Amino acid sequence: MREYEIVIIGGGSAGIAAAIAAYNKGCSDILILEKDKELGGILLQCIHNGFGLHRFKEELAGPAYAEKWVDMLKDTDVVVKTGTTVTHLTSDKKITYVNKDEGYVTVSAKAIIVSVGCRERARGNIATPGYRPSGVWSAGTAQKYINMQGYMVGKRVFILGSGDIGLIMARRMTLEGAKVLGVAELMPYSNGLPRNMKQCLEDFDIPLYLSHTVSDIRGKDRLTGITISRVDENLQPIAGTEIDFDVDTLLLSVGLIPDSALFEEAGIELHRKTKGPVVDEHLMTSLPGVFACGNGLHVHDLVDFVSMEGEEAGSSAAKYVLDKDYREACDKRSDGEGDDTLALVPGDGIGYVLPSKIHGSLMEDSLEIKMRVTRNDRKVKLVMKAGDKVIKSLNKPRIAPSEMEKMVVRKTELEGITGTVTLSVEA
Amino acid sequence: MEKKLTCIVCPMGCEITVDLDDKGNILSISGNTCNRGEEYAKNELTHPMRQLTSTVGIDGGIYNRLPVILSDNIPREKMFDVMEAIGKVRAKAPVKRGDVILSDVCGLGVDLLASRSM
Repeated sequence: MREYEIVIIGGGSAGIAAAIAAYNKGCSDILILEKDKELGGILLQCIHNGFGLHRFKEELAGPAYAEKWVDMLKDTDVVVKTGTTVTHLTSDKKITYVNKDEGYVTVSAKAIIVSVGCRERARGNIATPGYRPSGVWSAGTAQKYINMQGYMVGKRVFILGSGDIGLIMARRMTLEGAKVLGVAELMPYSNGLPRNMKQCLEDFDIPLYLSHTVSDIRGKDRLTGITISRVDENLQPIAGTEIDFDVDTLLLSVGLIPDSALFEEAGIELHRKTKGPVVDEHLMTSLPGVFACGNGLHVHDLVDFVSMEGEEAGSSAAKYVLDKDYREACDKRSDGEGDDTLALVPGDGIGYVLPSKIHGSLMEDSLEIKMRVTRNDRKVKLVMKAGDKVIKSLNKPRIAPSEMEKMVVRKTELEGITGTVTLSVEA
Repeated sequence: MEKKLTCIVCPMGCEITVDLDDKGNILSISGNTCNRGEEYAKNELTHPMRQLTSTVGIDGGIYNRLPVILSDNIPREKMFDVMEAIGKVRAKAPVKRGDVILSDVCGLGVDLLASRSM
């Protein structure tokens, strides 16, 4: 069986960045396995601009951002297999993939980076009532049909969910000649970026119905109409608030979930909130030598941050391959956590914290902690505490669930701290 | 008179407040965190400008559509005119990222560029 130094599963933004970082750290035997016919992942269908402001200091369309990374990858010796689907990942770090040229192949790797991206929550996940006619799409599927394959999915459209994909598809379908009658959002606030509220909805006078959900779907073969209703504080539809729309298309933009199938098969511990794997300060999962990054770890709002996380995972995997002491410390750890392990837990106002734990002795000089808040607020502090002791506090002019928050902590700031560290939002 | 605008220049989405006199002249601009925000606010009150991305059909590509982007922002009210012009164009592979697919779109002085190579 062929053993690689590093195998990367998924050649989107996270996987490409991981490969380049691992290569630059000194690994030369790296393989990327990508199921699609080319690298780039979801960016290939995201034809709108706004990508790369952090990384390249310019606003690129999604395919342009992907191409820049693929060009950088071409300067390395990383091997890429496209049209290749990984079917198995086992706890002894064996990967089985299948493609047209080689058939069914099993390889092993010293380190594995899983950068498989996420999936859209679909109709089954949100239990909408009514018939099952054609014309009900997840927004990302419609995006792929329109932007890559050139098939228009409908003429009169309603969108459920005000996340960025929903907003961007509202504009896209309008520009392509469809009539978008409205966007309904279950929560009392939008989950999209403010700029997308402005340039995708307001610019085209598309109404946004906050605290509303779809309460009926009509049509037998093709969708003929939907009903939306206002929801109460328990997010249940209120009788008597129904509004009907005659539409042939309903797009669902109701959230993304990391694709966890491979983690589950390998027995890797999953995170209750993110639905991706639990990781430590090096983005290592509960299986030593297996790392995770990108939307397959937790769902991001900016691709620039996905690339950065990919680079972190790539550097960590290279360290695991090349640094014997680190590798042995990681492998030994699988028997049980050491005394130096800090648990990072969400407190008031925080949905999740990533990583979930820090191994004090293995930590690098500084670490960027990512978290997602649970409410919109202004003039607050993000506070990191051990018991009553404040380790770090960060003033935030405003916070929103749609924007990932970050806090950098130095190793010296965590010295002498044991047990549990809590992150919370304070006034 | 005060006017509130959401800046669309970058994902930060600053909330910009513009103070206007009775004649609509700008007295002050605040809330933006960069110079581009100030520029945006000025434009937005007089002649809103927007970037536009779309696709054109392509022959011989690995997909049916080639993503395209404008070389610069255009007046917002011209978006549908530009979409109509884009709809009449077809590209032919191979195309390089940045290639001009249609020059001087609708006489606006901007070019339609390929967002990727194909």
